[in-house]
Amino acid sequence: MTLTPAVAVQDLKKTYGKVDAVKGVSFEVQPGEVFGFLGPNGAGKTTTISMLCTLVNPTGGSASVAGHDVVGARDEVRRNIGLVFQDPTLDGYLSAEQNLRFHAELYGVPRHIVGDRIRQVMEMVALWDRKDAKVMTFSGGMKRRLEIARGLLHSPRVLFLDEPTVGLDPQTRAAIWGYINKLRLSEDITIFMTTHYMEEAEYCDRIAIIDHGEIVVVDSPEALKASVGKDRVQIHTGDDERAITALRQRFGIEATVNEGAVTFAVAAGEEFVPRLFAELGQPIRSVSVSRPSLDDVFMSYTGSTIRDAEADDKNAWMRAMVRR
Amino acid sequence: MTTETISVVVPARSAGHDLRAVKVVLHREMLRFLSDRTRMLSMLFQPVLWLFIMGTGLGSLVQGSIPGVDYRTFMYPGMISMTVIMTGMFSAGSIVWDREFGFLREMLVAPVSRGAIVLGKCLGGAIVATGQGVVILAMAGLVGVPYSGTLMLTLLAEMFLAAFTITAFGVMLAARMKNMQTFFGLMQMAIMPMMFLSGAMFPLANLPSWLHVLTVVNPMTYAVDPMRQAVFSHLSVPPQVNAMLNPGVQWFGWQVPVILEIGVVAGLGAALLGVGIIQFRRAD
Repeated sequence: MTLTPAVAVQDLKKTYGKVDAVKGVSFEVQPGEVFGFLGPNGAGKTTTISMLCTLVNPTGGSASVAGHDVVGARDEVRRNIGLVFQDPTLDGYLSAEQNLRFHAELYGVPRHIVGDRIRQVMEMVALWDRKDAKVMTFSGGMKRRLEIARGLLHSPRVLFLDEPTVGLDPQTRAAIWGYINKLRLSEDITIFMTTHYMEEAEYCDRIAIIDHGEIVVVDSPEALKASVGKDRVQIHTGDDERAITALRQRFGIEATVNEGAVTFAVAAGEEFVPRLFAELGQPIRSVSVSRPSLDDVFMSYTGSTIRDAEADDKNAWMRAMVRR
Repeated sequence: MTTETISVVVPARSAGHDLRAVKVVLHREMLRFLSDRTRMLSMLFQPVLWLFIMGTGLGSLVQGSIPGVDYRTFMYPGMISMTVIMTGMFSAGSIVWDREFGFLREMLVAPVSRGAIVLGKCLGGAIVATGQGVVILAMAGLVGVPYSGTLMLTLLAEMFLAAFTITAFGVMLAARMKNMQTFFGLMQMAIMPMMFLSGAMFPLANLPSWLHVLTVVNPMTYAVDPMRQAVFSHLSVPPQVNAMLNPGVQWFGWQVPVILEIGVVAGLGAALLGVGIIQFRRAD
């Protein structure tokens, strides 16, 4: 049996003036999957999601969501998707319930079930007891929870979450992941999310790593970590340049400075450490060895850690501002 | 806690669905307005100031030349228009606010026609503005305007039409606007001359010809004049005073009938609504 993919994307492109925000990405998301788009800020995640949600017209390529083309059948796509944006899109002057009622009317949710369904989604995110409070009195986390409830109100086939936990405290983040996991069990839904938190990508069935507008690799988190096959070693030394040169000359290892430490990948890292101390020929102040994480996956596919990629991005932006 | 998950099937687009969208956008507009008392009061402040302070002051100056009529009675229809126009514009401006605060996006990704959203907004603005107008309407007795049933109903209907048209105008302006300051700046710039040239504050009879031309092309003139004619038809005014204060609008010497004036306002409202909808489709 072949299922219609929940999301099918073919060579999708978006160009703003001379900037290629998305440079031809292709992937498929199967029904029921939790699919993550992982990449630094500015990698093209939001642009891609905006195209899939019919908010931005693609420059090239094609995409379909729930079997409907995002350009040719906008309304069908819109009926089948739920959206939670990075920035809140609630009306602060209305109560939580009024915000959901507005949504239900706009999406034409059949009248006889509106009340029950609103209650159900609000209970899911534990906000039912606050239904009459104005949204402007809510904390950031409560707003995000309410948005998730609203995104689910019309039982979408695909729920898009653009950085659903950004800017939230760890407790709220955990709660939101709790809802998402509950959701997978209780509703027949596909979840497409973007994130730049490595820890969160772990929750996904599959992730696509996106960098500079291109998909670098798509696979399950486990498979990606296995593909790296090496441990990550970070050392602090008095002279990083000399250490990097020494690593290259004596061990044939290419190291870079990441997050302020000389970083490199090596098989069986723990057994390598004694040799390192014996043969590096310079003092080492500290050393850490870690199993491959998605950080390492990201690094091995893109050549930098996600935080450094973002820092580069910020620097480039600062330089651009200064030049003006 | 959870029983069976309620599954929703979003219906295909239909007239009924679009109508629900119009209603809910309108409903929100009213909720927003009712919850903002300050705005309610501030919108009334200016017209009341004009009517009772400026009207009284100017009235003492011109008393001799308009025997039998209180100058404030003359200004009254103009101040109704002013209230309605400011409130309508303000409602339209909330689109810019919605864009800044993201709520517009919630509306734009919904599977409803842009037309339904824009129409809901315009109707909402018109109803809210008419509601404000009713407060001024209630003050009729204070400025010598009789509380006649037909007069009140006529004014109410004309008020609603003017409010709808001005909201549509505001929505059209707001469609592409990215911040509130720009919108309100532009709004001030548009409203002030329209007010001055509409006959809301001084009579349009015996004006120099250049000024007369401007008053004739000013759409607001056609909103104010029918209201004034309605008010004056319920007063007993000497003919020469009537000719001075309530001259009507003339196109090349032809007296424009009230019904045509109303037609001008309605036609303009429909056209502006159309332009607004097109702009929202494009902004997609």
